[in-house]
Amino acid sequence: MKFNELISFISAYLEFSILKSSVEGLKNGVIMKILVGVKRVVDAYIKVRIKADHSAIDIEKLKMVVNPFCEIAIEEALRLKESGVATEVIAVSVGPASCQEQLRTALALGADRAIHLSTDEIAQPLAIAKLFNAIVEKEKPGLIIFGKQSIDGDNNQTGQMLAALSGLPQGTFASELSFEGDEVIVTREVDTGLQKVALKLPALITADLRLNEPRYVSLPNLMKAKRKPIETISVADLGIDITPRLSTVTMLNPPERSAGEKVGSIAELIEKLQTEGAI
Amino acid sequence: MRILVIAEHNNEELQAATANALTAAKRLAEKTGSKISLLIAGYNCAGVATDACAIAGVDEILLADCPALEKQLPENFAPYLVELVNQRSFLYVMAPATTNAKSVLPRAAALLDVAQISDVIDIVDADTFVRPIYAGSALETLKSCDVIKVMTIRASAFDAIELTGGEASVENLAAAADAGLSRFISESVVESDRPELSNARIVISGGRGMQSGANFTLLEVVADKLGAAIGASRAAVDAGYVSNDMQVGQTGKIIAPDLYIAVGISGAIQHLAGMKDSKIIVAINKDEDAPIFNVADFGLVADLFEALPELESQL
Repeated sequence: MKFNELISFISAYLEFSILKSSVEGLKNGVIMKILVGVKRVVDAYIKVRIKADHSAIDIEKLKMVVNPFCEIAIEEALRLKESGVATEVIAVSVGPASCQEQLRTALALGADRAIHLSTDEIAQPLAIAKLFNAIVEKEKPGLIIFGKQSIDGDNNQTGQMLAALSGLPQGTFASELSFEGDEVIVTREVDTGLQKVALKLPALITADLRLNEPRYVSLPNLMKAKRKPIETISVADLGIDITPRLSTVTMLNPPERSAGEKVGSIAELIEKLQTEGAI
Repeated sequence: MRILVIAEHNNEELQAATANALTAAKRLAEKTGSKISLLIAGYNCAGVATDACAIAGVDEILLADCPALEKQLPENFAPYLVELVNQRSFLYVMAPATTNAKSVLPRAAALLDVAQISDVIDIVDADTFVRPIYAGSALETLKSCDVIKVMTIRASAFDAIELTGGEASVENLAAAADAGLSRFISESVVESDRPELSNARIVISGGRGMQSGANFTLLEVVADKLGAAIGASRAAVDAGYVSNDMQVGQTGKIIAPDLYIAVGISGAIQHLAGMKDSKIIVAINKDEDAPIFNVADFGLVADLFEALPELESQL
């Protein structure tokens, strides 16, 4: 088979699978389910330390929160439900039992139910994408929203990888969404400014900072969340290989920058910069 | 062994970050005895390929010039890349960590069933690379066990390669198919006569202390005198003072100019992640306890509304 024939074969296959699943994800223009990724991370305001053996970041006893970009993803899903574009919001997280705490937060914010993919192993982005894909196949969501990156690994990969594995179009770095027929129009924050693309539903979105401003958890909702269901699925039962492809050799502190000197005036500043040859 | 580098361009000219990624590729090529192929994927972009032939150290230019790749939509580009990599046995796929590559590469990596290594800042050996995590709070050296390594390169960590002296030839590739999943609608490109923020020699950035978008004109006049690009902190972009393409930081642009002037920026770790590798950092802030002063080579405690006009008049 020639290269271009292969490509058309692949795209024909992708189109077929999309047509198949869009029937399941959409009903009368309403998205039946939104799947939202939720990651447990160290609070952004904490300065982390590397373990003495340089093997990892020491996260023990640190305050853990929902990754800020995942909060934006949850918020967007909730707004879409509130405005009638979607009917159900499902929060999903991969990790040890402790990440149920963040799923509870998602439920308290307004998600309808949660799925915990339970494992004590470290799952890297490709593995997480594979695990999520198993849930996508089961739940057949009309829309998936992820944060664009998590503030610990800073990888910025998982959403794109899941979109690839699920054969869905992707709208990364989204700052605005609108829905027209069987498409979602995504405004994306790109290096040169803003870009608008149209994606066939179902689609995967990754949230950027300006997509919305997440709400806070209210006390009554926190109480209500305790009665909402979290389904736990053991990763071991899914038969998906999550062996890490990347192993840490070492972790080091970056070269420290030290405070320089204070200058007393603009004139002195200019003189210093000229001496340094900076201007 | 073969290395594929994906060029960042706008169908008319090569973007500067490509030259930085090529330096990373060259270093890897020297360690592994590899050849470097540069892929120009786009539409009506033959001129970019012609220019790229002159880049020193590039062994061949691959030109994929077709409508389906005009905007490098990941739905069309990623499967195309996968076929290209498999067909020609590339063992490395590299691209500068631009918003384009950050979209396309993880999608291609997943289709190849390999990990991606994001924001590489150093190449140790054929399988081992260094990248920052936790907003640059730690540098992780990691080893990949995948046969094919897909990675994005942090442009600010590598010098630009020489754009002249080479004489690579151009090979035309087959056209890509449109996957029919996505379509480009429009883009609002912010036009500016100033240098590009990502690779400017001097950058002057404003933060929440600027108080409004209109006040950014105070920075603009200084920037014009210095030939500087203008940046902003997340706070300033979130407040709507300026557009998103100006954001410097962990989740915005990561830059390392010769001179970085932070005005009215407190210096949260997320902002420092985007500029702390600058050669010289200047901070102007009225709060003498602002954390930005802890990393500044020269700090001036002053009201920016007085300091900026004074700076402009004395330059």
